[in-house]
Amino acid sequence: MSAETNGPLGGAEQTFDAGLPQRKRVAVAWHTLFLASTIIGVIALTALLYTVINQSFGLVAVQNRIEPASLAVDGVPLAQLTQEQYVAILQANLSPGVFRRYDSEQPFTERSRENLYALVLERVVQPRYVKTWPLIAAFFDRAAIETEVARDFPGAKLVFRSWVTPDFLRSPQASAPELAGVRTAILGSLWTILITILTALPIGVGAAIYLEEYARASWATRLIRTNITNLAGVPSIIYGMLGLAIFVRGAEALTSGAAFGLADPTTANGRTILSAGLTLALLILPLLIINAQEAIRAVPRSLRQASYGLGATQWQTIWRHVLPSALPGILTGTILAISRAIGETAPLVVIGASTFIVVDPNGPFAKFTTLPIQIYQWTSRPQPQFRNLAAAAILVLLALLLTMNTSAVLLRNRYSRRA
Amino acid sequence: MFANHQPIVPATIPAPNGEYAIEAQGLSVFYGGFRAVKDIALKVRTRKITAFIGPSGCGKSTLLRAFNRMNELIPTAHAAGAVLYHGQDIYAPDVDPVEVRRRIGMVFQKANPFPKTIYENVAWGATINGYRGNMAELVEQSLRQTALWDEVKDKLQQSALALSGGQQQRLCIARAIAVKPDIILMDEPASALDPIATLKIEELMRELAQNYTIIIVTHNMQQAARASDFTAFLLMDSDRAGTLIEYGPTRQIFTRPTDQRTEDYITGRFG
Amino acid sequence: MGVGMTAAAAGTPEARASHEARPAHPLQRRRRPGEALIQGFLAFCGVISIFTTLGIVFVLGRESLLFFSKPEVTLAEFLLTTHWQPAVGEFGIWPLVSATVLTSLMAMLVALPLGLAVAIYLSEYASARARNLLKPIMEVLAGIPTVVYGYFALTFMTPTLRTIFGANVVEIYNTASAGLVMGILILPLVSSMSEDALSAVPRSLREAAYGLGATRLEVALKIVLPAALSGLAAAVIVAISRAIGETMIVAIAAGAGPNFTLNPFKAAETMTGHIVRISGGDLSYDSLDYDSLFAIGMLLFLMTLGLNLISQRVVRRFREVYE
Ligand SMILES: Nc1ncnc2c1ncn2[C@@H]1O[C@H](COP(=O)(O)OP(=O)(O)OP(=O)(O)O)[C@@H](O)[C@H]1O
Ligand SMILES: [Mg+2]
Repeated sequence: MSAETNGPLGGAEQTFDAGLPQRKRVAVAWHTLFLASTIIGVIALTALLYTVINQSFGLVAVQNRIEPASLAVDGVPLAQLTQEQYVAILQANLSPGVFRRYDSEQPFTERSRENLYALVLERVVQPRYVKTWPLIAAFFDRAAIETEVARDFPGAKLVFRSWVTPDFLRSPQASAPELAGVRTAILGSLWTILITILTALPIGVGAAIYLEEYARASWATRLIRTNITNLAGVPSIIYGMLGLAIFVRGAEALTSGAAFGLADPTTANGRTILSAGLTLALLILPLLIINAQEAIRAVPRSLRQASYGLGATQWQTIWRHVLPSALPGILTGTILAISRAIGETAPLVVIGASTFIVVDPNGPFAKFTTLPIQIYQWTSRPQPQFRNLAAAAILVLLALLLTMNTSAVLLRNRYSRRA
Repeated sequence: MFANHQPIVPATIPAPNGEYAIEAQGLSVFYGGFRAVKDIALKVRTRKITAFIGPSGCGKSTLLRAFNRMNELIPTAHAAGAVLYHGQDIYAPDVDPVEVRRRIGMVFQKANPFPKTIYENVAWGATINGYRGNMAELVEQSLRQTALWDEVKDKLQQSALALSGGQQQRLCIARAIAVKPDIILMDEPASALDPIATLKIEELMRELAQNYTIIIVTHNMQQAARASDFTAFLLMDSDRAGTLIEYGPTRQIFTRPTDQRTEDYITGRFG
Repeated sequence: MGVGMTAAAAGTPEARASHEARPAHPLQRRRRPGEALIQGFLAFCGVISIFTTLGIVFVLGRESLLFFSKPEVTLAEFLLTTHWQPAVGEFGIWPLVSATVLTSLMAMLVALPLGLAVAIYLSEYASARARNLLKPIMEVLAGIPTVVYGYFALTFMTPTLRTIFGANVVEIYNTASAGLVMGILILPLVSSMSEDALSAVPRSLREAAYGLGATRLEVALKIVLPAALSGLAAAVIVAISRAIGETMIVAIAAGAGPNFTLNPFKAAETMTGHIVRISGGDLSYDSLDYDSLFAIGMLLFLMTLGLNLISQRVVRRFREVYE
C-alpha cells in the first residue's frame, strides 16, 4: 500500500465516498420510524385505557316510574320518612302477593329503615337508565345532551354516574343494568383461583425441583422438558376442551360433589368451581414450572456444595437452602401465572360457566362465573348500558391484576437486589 | 502527580518530520461518577508502534478506547479534556464519532468476526463506507497484508467463525485495514493466542507500522519490548484513577526508566 | 430419572450389602425411605405434564374419531368443502379456517413490523431511562386479559373503522377490527422475544462494526439483525401460533356465524370463535355438534403444535451459533 493512502485526513478520501450526510439522513428516517412504532404501542395502551375509562363514567338519563317527589308525605321528602311510612308506600304500590312475599322473606317490622328505603326505590320508584353517554361526551357535549334529553325523554333527569361504585362491588348479578354488580363474579374468581393455586403451586414447584435437582440427562427428561415448552404454547381454549372432557364430563361424580354427597342440588353437574380451578391449574402449570425452574437454576451452585459438604442429604439441601433462596423468584413467577389465570376467559366458557348467578358461590361444588366471564357476557349484550357495566368490571379486573403485578415486580426487585 | 497538562514528549528520538498522529490533552474518562483515567497528556508518533502497559484495571483499555470514542457505547461513560487528531479535537461537539472511527480503527482483545463469510467480513466496512474501487482486489490486498491470504483464499465464501482463533484475529485486523484507517488501536490483540500466532501478529504489526500508526495495549512485557517503538506506563493513583507515569522510547523505558515505579513494574516487583 | 436412579443403585454391591442386618462399616450406604418417597412424588409432578399432553391428544383424538365415524361426515368433506352448517349436516372447515387466517394475517401485519421496530428501538437506540419507562408499558400491555382487548375491539376499533371506511362498508362485527386489535395484543410478545434475540447478539460484534465507522443504523440493520435472524424467526412463528389460538377477541368482535369470505370488513367466525360460541350454549354431550368442536380443536392443536415445534428448532439452531 502506498503511503499517500493514509496521509493527514487520509488520501483514503479518494478511494472512499463515505457519503455520511446521506447515510445520516437515512439513519434519522429509520430512527424516527423505530421511535414512532414504539409510540404507537404506547398510544394503543392509552386508547385502550381511554375506552375503558370513558365508558366507566358518564351521564345517564334516569327515568323514574313514580317520581320520589310525589311520594313525599306532608312535605317530608321520601328519603326522610319513617319505617311505617315506607311500609305504607310499599303496601299502596305493590300487588298484595308481592307485598306478602317480601313480608314472609323477612317481616317488614324487623327490617331496617335503610332496607325499606332501598326496597321502595327498587320496587316503587324504579329508576331506569333510558340512555347513557360516555365521559368525554359528558364533558364536551353537555349542552347537546341536555337538549336531547329534554326532547326525547321529557320526564328523565340527567345525572353524572360512576359505574364503579361500592354498590357495584357489593351487588350480585342482576338483569337490570341499574342494579347489577360483580359480587358473584369476584367471589367466583377468588374461589376458582384458590383451587388453581392449591393444585398448581405444589405440582409446579415439585416438577421444577425434580427437573432441576433430580432429573439426569436422559431421553425421558428431555421429553418432559420439550413437552412442557410445547404445553406452554397450546391455545388456552384447548385446555378448556380438555377440562370439559376430563373434569366436567369424565369426573362428573367428583367435580359435581355427588361422590361426597355435597352436590349443589340446582346444578348437580360437573360445571363447577372445582372443574374451573383444575382446568386453569393445568393451563398455568407449564408457565409455573418454567418460572420456578429459572428461579431454582439461579441459586448458586456453591450454596448446594456447601450444604453437601456438611453432610446434608439431597432433600435437606433442597428444603433448607435451595428453596428458601429460590422462594422470591418462585413467588414472582407464581403471581404472574396466577394473574394469567385470573384473566382467562375462553377455557371457562368452554367448560360451561354459568350465564346468570345471583347467589354467592359457597364452595368448590357451586356453579361458577368469574370476572372475565362477566365482562364477556356484558360485552356481548346489545344494550349500551351493559357496555358501561363491562367497562366498570374491566376497571375492577385491571385494578386486581395491577395490584398483583406490582407486588410481583416489587418482589422481583427486592430479590434481584439481594442476589 | 501530572497536574500540568504538558504533553510528555519523548525527547530522545527526534520524530521523522515532527509529526504526531494523535494527542491527548488533559484527558479524563469517567464511568458514571468513577474516574477511570485521569488527566492524561500524551502525543503519539505517526507510523510508530506505541504500547500502553500497566497493571490490570489501571485504565489502559479505557484510554485506548477514548482515542476513537468507543467508550461512548457504554451508557455511563463520558470523557473530559481533548484528543487532537490532526489538530482537531475529536470530542468537539460538531465531530461525528462515525467519521472518527473510520479513520481510527480498532482491533479487540477477543477476535470478533461477524457471523458472515470471510470475504464479507473484510468487505463489510469498505462497503458501508462507500468504497469505490475493486472490492475483490481490496479484500485480497487486506488479507495479504495480514498474511492470511494463502490460508483462506480457497474458502473466502465460508463462515469466518470456522477459522482458528489466530486466523480470526488476523481477519479482524484485515477487516480494520480494509477501510484504510490512519491509526489502528489494538487492545491486547494477542492475549488469547498461542506463542506462534502471537509472533505472527507482532510481525504483522511491524509490517503495518510502515503505513499506519499503531497503539497497542499489552500485558506482555516482552511483547512491548520487542514490538513497540514507544511505551507509556500507566498506574492507578490513590483514587484508583489511571494516570500516566512515564512515556518514552521503548528501549529507554525498559533499560533505564526514570521513575522508580516503572522500574518496579517492569522488573516484576510490582502488582 | 429419579426412580431409575434408586433402582440402579440397588444393583450395586454396596446397596445389596445394606440388606444385611448390621452395617459392615460406618460408611455403609443407608436407605432413606423418606428421601425416596419425596423423590417419587417430585418425579410424579414432572410426569403430570406428560399426562396433560396425553390427555389433550386422547380427548381431541377420541371425539374427532367419533365425529368422523358418523355417517353424516367424512374427512374429505371436512377438509375440502366450504360450508359449515351443522344444522343441515354440512361440515366443511374452510369458512372457519379462512376467518382464522384472515384475522391472524391482519394481526401479523400490525404486530410484526411494529414489534420488530419496537425491539430495535429498545435494544439499539433507547437510553436506559427510556427503556426503563417503555419496557414496563409493554409488560402491562402483555398482562391485560384478552377479553379486555375484545371489548376494546368492539367499542373502539370497530366504530373507528366504520367512521373511516363508512358504516355501509364495515359491518358491526368484522374480522379487520378483531385482527388489528389482536395485532396490538401480540405486539408485546413479538417485541419482547425479538428484543431478547437482539440483545443476545454479543457486544463485541457491535463494537467491531462501530470500529469500522458504521452508523448506529448500519450496526442495527446489517450486523445485529442478521445475527439475530433465527431468534426473530422464532418470535414470528410463536406470534402466528398465538394469533391462531387467540379466542376472546374474535369471539367478541369478529362475528357469530361461519362465513367463507376474504373481505376483512365482513363478519366471519374463526375456529376458536366457533368453539366458544357453540360450547357456551347448553350442549348435549353426545351430539354431532359436540364432537365437531373437538375435530376443530384437533386441527387447531396440530396447527399450533407444528408452529411451536418449528420455532423451537429455529431457536436451538440460534443457540448453537453463539453458545
Ligand atoms: N463499562 C464499565 N463500567 C464501569 N466501570 C468500568 C467499565 N469498564 C471499565 N471500568 C473500570 O475502569 C477501570 C479501568 O478499566 P480498564 O478496562 O480500562 O482497565 P485495563 O487497564 O484495560 O485492565 P486490563 O489490563 O485488566 O484489561 C477499572 O477500574 C474498571 O473497573
Ligand atoms: Mg483492558
